Amino acid sequence: MQTERAMVTRRDLLALIGAVSGSAAMYHAMTSLGFASDSGYKGPIRLEGDPRGASVLILGAGLAGMTAALELRKAGYDVRVLEFNSRAGGRNWTLRGGDSFTELGGFRQTCEFEQGLYINPGPWRIPYHHRALLDYCKRLGVTLEPFIQLNHNAYLHAAGAFAGVPQRIRDIKTDFQGQVSELLAKATQQGRLDEAVSKEDREILMQALRSWGALDGDYAYKANLISGDFRGYARAPGGGLGAEPVPGEPVDLSEILKSRLWRYLQNFALHTFQATMFQPVGGMDMIGKAFAREVGDLIRYGAKVTRIQQDDRGVTVTYTDPDAPATPRQAKADWCVCTIPLSILSQLPIDVGRRMKAAIDAVPYSASVKIGLQFKRRFWEEDEAIYGGISYTDLPVRQIAYPNTGFNGAGKGVLLGAYLFDGPNAYEFTSMSPVERVARAVEFGARIHPQYRTEYDNGIAVAWHRVPFALGCAGRWTDEARAQHYDNLCQIDGRIVLAGEHASYIPAWQEGAILSSLDAITRLHDRVVKQ
Amino acid sequence: MTRENTSFRAGFAVAMSAASLLLSFPAYAQGSGPSVPEPALSAGFRFAENSGEELFANICQGCHMSDGKGATGAGTYPSLAGNSNLEAGGYPVSIVVNGQRGMPPFGAMMSDDQVAAVVNYVRTHFGNRYLDAVTSEDVRAVRR
Repeated sequence: MQTERAMVTRRDLLALIGAVSGSAAMYHAMTSLGFASDSGYKGPIRLEGDPRGASVLILGAGLAGMTAALELRKAGYDVRVLEFNSRAGGRNWTLRGGDSFTELGGFRQTCEFEQGLYINPGPWRIPYHHRALLDYCKRLGVTLEPFIQLNHNAYLHAAGAFAGVPQRIRDIKTDFQGQVSELLAKATQQGRLDEAVSKEDREILMQALRSWGALDGDYAYKANLISGDFRGYARAPGGGLGAEPVPGEPVDLSEILKSRLWRYLQNFALHTFQATMFQPVGGMDMIGKAFAREVGDLIRYGAKVTRIQQDDRGVTVTYTDPDAPATPRQAKADWCVCTIPLSILSQLPIDVGRRMKAAIDAVPYSASVKIGLQFKRRFWEEDEAIYGGISYTDLPVRQIAYPNTGFNGAGKGVLLGAYLFDGPNAYEFTSMSPVERVARAVEFGARIHPQYRTEYDNGIAVAWHRVPFALGCAGRWTDEARAQHYDNLCQIDGRIVLAGEHASYIPAWQEGAILSSLDAITRLHDRVVKQ
Repeated sequence: MTRENTSFRAGFAVAMSAASLLLSFPAYAQGSGPSVPEPALSAGFRFAENSGEELFANICQGCHMSDGKGATGAGTYPSLAGNSNLEAGGYPVSIVVNGQRGMPPFGAMMSDDQVAAVVNYVRTHFGNRYLDAVTSEDVRAVRR
């Protein structure tokens, strides 16, 4: 039974706060009540009104395309989907043992992972505030498990610092925070913050620094059991004789600063990466497969779109089948939702206005490379007590990500052995053969985990510029390009509307693809029912 | 130098922000680990390769392939082999610096000399015989 208090809805409460305190206070209240920082998803879409049998042709069966297909069919449209690949999902993709993949240029790889092991070459984690994607996972029965972004026992590594020895994240994080707190406490005691901090707040600030920074009674950060409670110990507390804990020696602030290891700490602080993050149990493509269970009957696979035409009566899309590439086929519909990546769409003849065409041509696609490595045993867990999470390094592989599932198991395990995104190394790895990419990921990774040398089993590498159905990882917008082109990209042009991560402010995230699609079909439907 | 848009949130990724990539990297090649086979990889936000041949093999080849002939999937990477669009040297210079449709701009990651070197390499290989070399001044002229 609801209490009176609970019957005041959040909306009522916000209106009250807004009326009394003004919009800044309202925004603050919204944030603390959990609205403002979500992705803007307003719950399941409602397309009300009769489309009177209107037909829609959807180009691309990735998450944007399948979201449109699912919702438009439900709203009463006659829906068909054309997809280049022989599977649904697009960049929502998982590679498992037995899967093979041929990249542009012809290199063919077959994944040799053990049953149950996989990598996600594309998206691999879901923020808790990506509420649209989470809602579709719920509605489509996709089981989620935690994705561990911050593991305090994983490593931060700089080749040129600490003699190349990787440092535990908890040591760097605690020692950095502790020594910065100590500095602030000193400055406060010396009266140097008097202008910035009121006398009343000063004492509270000192308490806070002591608490937050693990400082001792003299506001010093030292090797003792206070800092040990945060950073761990040289010898951890145990049982029986000789069980007394021994604190470890903090890493000197100057060394942390010079090592630049502090810069990785933002990967645990950014809103996008805050706990809780999720992954689907069994691989990211469980989402694409769940969508395909709903709309798979609408999809024509192996259809390579070569031309998109429209006039005042409808849309005509020309495509070819892989078996008969010389025989163009045509599909017609009243409307078109096009989710083809701009890297490809910009090459196709398409009947849209000058402004939309300029927008389609204005977005370059990022370089990105992911490499999955199988090892004979889960040495990161057995030898180093690293259960899930990510180690960061300035070596070209950038990250080593540990599996967030199958913990403490015997048998083989798969690491994400490299994850490059833009920057010179992403292009350099793209230019290598897959075999060389894997070999170099093993070589570099061995500098963080020497066990690589004896435990390596096999690997597979995906360079997104070489992926035939994407020609790049994701749309790379600049502020200038957005200001000039974004609205033109998202407008309905005659009978054509675009959707996908490229038509969102969350580029490269699945949430961006879904929100873009929901917005596009809402506007399209509005136009159809008002016609 | 064109700075990466720091508000760009790379969704699959953001190992670190584009802004932090601009900070100097300690050179990993001098680390304590085992030596890494050739070719060396760039250690910062800018390409370390200098000759046209190295630049092509480590960057352009990713899409245009080792024979310069490009590749076709759902879309196409154009062939640079015997390509008459390369006749006016200013055209490839502009594309390398500023990008073209899905092709990323490389102006911020390459010096004027590097752009000139790779353009001159492509214009004299893969069946192209354009002997009027472009210069670093030509590159500077197209930087926006």
